[in-house]
Amino acid sequence: MFGGIDPALLIAALMVASVPILLAAVGELVVERAGVLNLGVEGMMIMGAVVGFIAAVESGSPLAGFVGGALGGAGLSLLFMLLTQVMQANQVASGLALTLFGQGLSSLLGQGYVGVKPPHTGAVPFGPLVDIPFLGRVLFGHDPLVYLSVIMVAAVWAMLKFSRAGLILRAVGENHEAAHALGYKVVGIRCLAILFGGAMAGLGGAYVSLVRVPQWVDGITAGAGWIALAIVVFASWKPWRALLGAWLFGGISVLQLNLQAARIGIPVEYLSMSPYVITILVLVVMSSGRGRAALSAPACLGQNFHATS
Amino acid sequence: MAMLRLERRPTPSQFWSRATPLLAVALTMVAGGIMFAVLGKNPVTAIRTIFWDPLFGEFAWYLRGQLLVKAGPLILIAVGLSMGFRAGIWNIGAEGQYIMGAIAGAAVGLAVYPVETRWIFPLMVVAGAFGGWLWAMIPAVLKTRFNTNEILVSLMLVYVAQTVLAMASTGFLRNPQGAGFPGSRNFSNYPAAHNDWLIESAGLHWGGIAALMAVAAGYVLLQRHILGFQIKLSGQAPRAARFAGVNPERLVLICMGLAGALAGLAGVFEVTGPAGQISIDFNVGYGFTAIIVAFLGRLNPVGILFAGLLMALTYIGGEMASTNLGLPSAAIQAFQGMLLFFLLACDLLTNYRIRLKGEAR
Repeated sequence: MFGGIDPALLIAALMVASVPILLAAVGELVVERAGVLNLGVEGMMIMGAVVGFIAAVESGSPLAGFVGGALGGAGLSLLFMLLTQVMQANQVASGLALTLFGQGLSSLLGQGYVGVKPPHTGAVPFGPLVDIPFLGRVLFGHDPLVYLSVIMVAAVWAMLKFSRAGLILRAVGENHEAAHALGYKVVGIRCLAILFGGAMAGLGGAYVSLVRVPQWVDGITAGAGWIALAIVVFASWKPWRALLGAWLFGGISVLQLNLQAARIGIPVEYLSMSPYVITILVLVVMSSGRGRAALSAPACLGQNFHATS
Repeated sequence: MAMLRLERRPTPSQFWSRATPLLAVALTMVAGGIMFAVLGKNPVTAIRTIFWDPLFGEFAWYLRGQLLVKAGPLILIAVGLSMGFRAGIWNIGAEGQYIMGAIAGAAVGLAVYPVETRWIFPLMVVAGAFGGWLWAMIPAVLKTRFNTNEILVSLMLVYVAQTVLAMASTGFLRNPQGAGFPGSRNFSNYPAAHNDWLIESAGLHWGGIAALMAVAAGYVLLQRHILGFQIKLSGQAPRAARFAGVNPERLVLICMGLAGALAGLAGVFEVTGPAGQISIDFNVGYGFTAIIVAFLGRLNPVGILFAGLLMALTYIGGEMASTNLGLPSAAIQAFQGMLLFFLLACDLLTNYRIRLKGEAR
């Protein structure tokens, strides 16, 4: 106990707070390992948030909401895919376009849904396990998405490390000319990765509007997509480190909210800017010195591929 | 699709480089019209309200002036951004630099209130440029020193700037005679610090003058100055630029600093003029829209002048469409985003030829 904050509640809240950025970061990690830099994560998240919210409210089912969120994110990423993989457009500019467009479109779609309450997403029934002191509340009191996010980390890790598909994906990201020469469909593989990243970002966004907040307001994701992009750099493109990064940022955002509520004398504004400032500091630490993050970046990151033969 | 094949042009097409913005605008009108139709509005009326009525309609005498008011900050910011974008330096936090410039400039003016000398406004302008420059130097220095990604840092700093703005308008810059309401003193009641109209009917204030000067200076810089050459070279061939003796770190500092200073200028002109005061939401996203303006203007200062005017038209027309037709204001934001999509997609024609499969080269 410190400052009236219960550690078990704090850890449990941290795991919940980290879900949106973790889902988005793991999706983006796969996209970047395939050599594509999609800066539209924020836009895809907010589209997932609004589409998921609408789907959940209209159907009354949270599951439909999460499926809708994933489809919303993937739908927007389809535009990015068309621009960068078919039209050969600049990836940085296309990602920015995605975010600007997503923010406008989401607030357009969400107009009728301000102030509406979404259906409640229940916890996974673990039965008596919840009653274990401390661990019960930390580990077994969550909704399915919390567990899904961790499972996705493990799945992506295993896929990249042990499977043939993961090897091909990494080859495409490290050297697309060589991968093409070996007969792999560079553009096709990248398209799949982009759609996967979009679906994951959309799922994360739906979690924000259905569980974290839970309601619809304009600009609801508040930079979570950008933090997810920063986490991919922090993680040096490794899935388990993304989990660590997401928990770190989840912890900071929960802690600052708790400190705001506890009124310990630090002005609210300093606390609410802290996640962004700390993101910058972490980026500085990770990007400089010997363990330079840039060294582990996929070699073809951000470069378009156009087969000449 | 299977019938078509892309063939890279040896050099980008001059014709298509000029024509794609027009094509993109036309396509956006069509797609936007479909969006408006889905929203239950008559697409032709909506498009006419946005693009025609502000220029030639009933209230054009007033709205034409608004054009320059809105285009000024967009052009000012976009000219700065375009330099960096050309060199492959991605400052996307202009919104934060705009806010910080406005706060720095306003703080100088409010600090000496109610002194009346003619030096106050120029001093505020300098402070505004300095504030924006300083805010842009954070990602620039972090990039040159620690190799940190400038995209993420400059964007994060927008959120930080927004909380600083909240602190300013509810705390250190709040009007002491404002009965506790958030927001600073109104500069229209403080003549020495007021950015008054130069020509009211044209919507021209000092910000508009600065925007036109930035266009001219940007044009000269790119066409006639060694720095402009270095910027263009670094964007097109980074390795060649290094062999030619271009110092990439210096270029980052210059491009980011320039964009920050211009965004800061836009901020101080806005807050002392049309906005009137520092308030928690005086910024309306010009810093982000300017990214679209920069691309729509082909990262070329003269192009940006026209792109800024066009984008200002969509703002004004969008407002009209929202009051007259009940078109949601978010629709216009989606519309602007759509424009950038079509622009990027149409750029294909600049760099590639589309051929039928089997056609001879």
